[in-house]
Amino acid sequence: MKVSIEVNGKTIQEEISPDLLLIDFVRRHGCFSVKRGCETSNCGLCTVFLDDKPVLSCSVLAARAHGHRVTTLEGLQEEAEEFGAFIADQGAEQCGFCNPGMIMNAIALFRENPWPDREEIQEYLAGNLCRCSGYEGQLRGILAFLEYKRQKGGENRG
Amino acid sequence: MFTAKEYKQAESLEQAYELNQKRSSRILGGMLWLKMSRASYGTVIDLSGLGLDTIEEDEEAFRIGCMATLRDLELHEGLNAWTRGAVRESVCHIVGVQFRNLATVGGSIFGRFGFSDVLTMFLALDSYVELYKGGIRTLEEFAASPRDKDILVRLIVRKTPVRCHYLSMRNTKTDFPVLACAVASGAEGYRAVIGARPGRAMLVRDSQGILMDGVNEKTAEAFGSWLRAQVPVGSNMRAGAEYRGRLVEVLSRRALLAMEGEG
Amino acid sequence: MDKPEISRETPHRIVNRPVRKKDAMALVTGKPVYMEDVAPADCLVIKVLRSPHANAIVEEIRTDIAKKVKGIEAIYTWEDVPDQRFTMAGQTYPEPSPYDRLILDRHVRYVGDPVAIVAGENERCVDRALKIIKVKYRVLPALLDFRQAKDNEILVHPEENWKSLCPVGADNKRNLCASAKDAGGDIDQVLADCDVVVEHTYHTKADQQAMMETFRTCCWMDAYGRLNILSSTQIVFHVRRIVSNALGIPRSKIRVTKPRIGGGFGAKQTVVAEVFPAFVTWKTGKPSKMIFTRKESQTASTPRHEMEVTVRVGANKNGKIRGIDVYTLSNTGAYGEHGPTTVGLSGHKSIPLYGNLEAFRFAYDVVYTNVMSAGAYRGYGATQGIFAVESAVNELAARLGIDPLDLRRMNMVRQGQMMPAYYGEPNRSCALDRCLERAAAMIGWTEKYPCRDMGNGKVRSVGMAMAMQGSGISGVDVGSATLKLNGEGFYTLFIGSADMGTGCDTILAQIAAECLECSLNEITVVAADSDTSPYDSGSYASSTTYVTGKAVEKACQELREKITRFGAECLGCPQEQAEFTGKGVRCMETGEEISLAAIADTSMSGCHEALEVTQSNSSPVSPPPFMVGMVEIELDKETGQVEILDYAAVVDCGTPINPNLARVQTEGGLVQGIGMALYENVQYSENGVMRNNSFMQYKIPTRLDMGRLRVEFESSYEPTGPFGAKSIGEIVINTPSPALAHAIYNATGLWFRELPITAEKIAMGLAEADKKRNRSLC
Repeated sequence: MKVSIEVNGKTIQEEISPDLLLIDFVRRHGCFSVKRGCETSNCGLCTVFLDDKPVLSCSVLAARAHGHRVTTLEGLQEEAEEFGAFIADQGAEQCGFCNPGMIMNAIALFRENPWPDREEIQEYLAGNLCRCSGYEGQLRGILAFLEYKRQKGGENRG
Repeated sequence: MFTAKEYKQAESLEQAYELNQKRSSRILGGMLWLKMSRASYGTVIDLSGLGLDTIEEDEEAFRIGCMATLRDLELHEGLNAWTRGAVRESVCHIVGVQFRNLATVGGSIFGRFGFSDVLTMFLALDSYVELYKGGIRTLEEFAASPRDKDILVRLIVRKTPVRCHYLSMRNTKTDFPVLACAVASGAEGYRAVIGARPGRAMLVRDSQGILMDGVNEKTAEAFGSWLRAQVPVGSNMRAGAEYRGRLVEVLSRRALLAMEGEG
Repeated sequence: MDKPEISRETPHRIVNRPVRKKDAMALVTGKPVYMEDVAPADCLVIKVLRSPHANAIVEEIRTDIAKKVKGIEAIYTWEDVPDQRFTMAGQTYPEPSPYDRLILDRHVRYVGDPVAIVAGENERCVDRALKIIKVKYRVLPALLDFRQAKDNEILVHPEENWKSLCPVGADNKRNLCASAKDAGGDIDQVLADCDVVVEHTYHTKADQQAMMETFRTCCWMDAYGRLNILSSTQIVFHVRRIVSNALGIPRSKIRVTKPRIGGGFGAKQTVVAEVFPAFVTWKTGKPSKMIFTRKESQTASTPRHEMEVTVRVGANKNGKIRGIDVYTLSNTGAYGEHGPTTVGLSGHKSIPLYGNLEAFRFAYDVVYTNVMSAGAYRGYGATQGIFAVESAVNELAARLGIDPLDLRRMNMVRQGQMMPAYYGEPNRSCALDRCLERAAAMIGWTEKYPCRDMGNGKVRSVGMAMAMQGSGISGVDVGSATLKLNGEGFYTLFIGSADMGTGCDTILAQIAAECLECSLNEITVVAADSDTSPYDSGSYASSTTYVTGKAVEKACQELREKITRFGAECLGCPQEQAEFTGKGVRCMETGEEISLAAIADTSMSGCHEALEVTQSNSSPVSPPPFMVGMVEIELDKETGQVEILDYAAVVDCGTPINPNLARVQTEGGLVQGIGMALYENVQYSENGVMRNNSFMQYKIPTRLDMGRLRVEFESSYEPTGPFGAKSIGEIVINTPSPALAHAIYNATGLWFRELPITAEKIAMGLAEADKKRNRSLC
């Protein structure tokens, strides 16, 4: 079947098999940040935005994304760098394999709730597993990033 | 992952229904459960183009489209005001935000899964399903019926005055429940729903009138031990039957007291 | 000739600083740096057909129809592979692990054992072929209970060509993978003389490492007709040897490299995926790849050894601990990877926590069973042994009515003591006493011990444990560093150790930058290529910072000297007047200086001296890092649910080369340990099917499960380590199980001696205790 999907701002028209998963579609198009960590929709590594919502690309048919926008970390490099630097400053990226999914979901969180507190952060990111960091360093990085945003003049808190 | 020969974005419910009558056809919900099967389907049918992803509220009821997501339930102000946050509590522990952005109400209810928090929650309310061919039936009746090839179009929650509370026990915070419990009280008295027994959620009414004179430590405890005797529980990887039996008592008592405490 | 001043007095510029990992920004921005991202596009997809039986003989296997599936390149069965047994354990030759594997064996020994290899153009055709291979099994009775394994009539490895290379007490005709005893003093006599002897048996399960990136490897033939293996591995050199053993081809024909690795924790210290694509590419000449599903990673891999550890600890009434006796029964599963060695740590890295023992004994058996083979997982046996010994000591404190903090103050090992149960090594660097006091202060031990009833069915309580590990394998592990000066005056550091996210590329570069008095940016790191890296045993056994780090330090020293000599010649300066400045070489007499860039340029024109050195390092000792963990929990007495409120961990890893990375190692290890203690629960069906075959059924902690972690360092200075460093990677997983078991006891009065300590066990234990109390009241 033929689909037309906008991936990171670029429209891709392609013949695909009806049971192709979105994760495999975007990886095929060079979005290697999207990782597969499980087969049971539990790990969060494959998080992408479908339109503006963070979803598990391992659990969405590419066919379903027809006519929609898909965003991966490849399309959010500036935000990834700005925010990711704070994770890096904690050494909390560790093996890095879960990072793109976590960072995608963190960006989704910041868009939905620009000034989350500790509890809101932990809740929103609960579906992003990490086996290396013990999560505490990620949390420190996120809090430091929010502090930086505040300093930078984003005080106008909603 | 399943395989499918054809994907069809349904243009109408009638078309979806027709397509779904084939043995090899399958309606797609959020696909989270379906994805784990290794089945081979002919046609998978997508209802996401039919505008069924909304939660509509009027004076009488909430009408929840089958393609509304668990995240929609979690964030819906009206529904959560009506249930004092019980609906949010019933879904917010399910895996993660990205998962709940995909998982659909229709998929959760239609699957009638034993572990379903959603089914447990809504059985405690005055809930109905709207089936494309089967019309409107109570959720209780639907939950007890075998799967067929009809289409679940909406979940309808009538605004019959109710107080309710939801509690669950989980081994880790985002796991399936070891046991789920929803309690509610309205004009027709008290009722409790126990899910993840681990079998399908079961609705029990206070037929003995244990709570007739209201909920207090004593009556809540008495109801808990009575409930335990009414609800068959079993063992699976997450816990044994005896522990589940104990949780039936504990969670139902706590849920009743919490509901009462909220006034 | 100058020498870099490396001592505890010198403030460091780069060492002991929390610098970013060199690869950090590539990782956080999602760059394609892992195996699947860089594999050749036209790889054959490889999967294996796995046995549905725990013990069976393949009587007949028909692949003819499956081979006809469009896109299938090859299908191999036991008839196609060499008959030479080998081990997949990534260990130094001769491996203590027995040679008990074939690539495919006619005798399958656990549910998941490979029966056939299928290679095809894409996943779809491979899946189809897998479905239609016909196998006739002769199903044999399976040996599933490791307590019944020794001398059972069911033999897991009855075959005659089974082979053990080292004297580890292995005997395949008794299901023994290893068996030994170590002792000092007369333990029976000492225990007989003690006022109190606590004796209990503790049971730990086969937890999964569950690194986010599953096992995976791709292979291709290069222009020289050599087999190239790109694998997510901790051990490139061992992979080369093991694949050579498995395929029966010379090592000279094999090159092994690794990309970025998505976590290892010991899992990737065993060859799990590599042999299959290696075999296919060698046979077909075509590139191939094998990517384990999560299910395969859960069910056909290398989890922690299940152990049952029996401890007897004897003391006087006043609390003086006089003797410890440990017997460990370890379950290696169907194959012996790491079986003979993990078990050793259960005694050698638990008993020496106590410094004034009059006697000790440590004996063990490691047995084969028909479940998935165990392997290396962070902590490597020490985790199991420390759960047992630290729990027994906590039980002893309760029995004696002594505060467990005081009991440890009285008995813990201290700097300067000899450690007879630790291979007789001296304890040269040990801040365990400071760790204990600091952790007690952080958690508020004195105020909070043992518990507080919160009045709503909930109890808050505290628990504690000490831990140790090693730093590399003494007298065995080798780390090396090659260092060269390039044009423009920057350095390349070649190492054979594997950064699996731990940050060792950065840590080793920090050591080099410190020694060479340059910035971190002037050190580029090239790591883990069996063709170009100097030899390294690999990144395991908590070895890289300590063993390879020292090799880097030595290489830097030699290169400084070489550059100084060379620079002196360029300047026409007497050798003794030349000084290395980090930017170049200066003649002290004349003040004249030549830059590193100029030195490098000179060395590249008409010159016969390479400004390149290689140094190796191996340590005769394995200095233990030490640690104390204290936890505060809130326990719900009705549901048994345990919430972690606060975890205070204080670590002595010597000098933390990178405090950020040391902290995150600690936090990560604690959370893995918490999962192990409370819910990670490998369960088998009665037919030997591993049931926790996904992240849906095997629950690792989420960020909502771990409470609040607080980590601090109390550093000793290890004279044999680089800049005083010891290890940190493994020790950090050792305290949660005993500390949580202790806190749960303090909340409930019940000892739980089997992991995980689930809410169900606690609630049912309390219900049982209530019943007993009521009975005794009647």
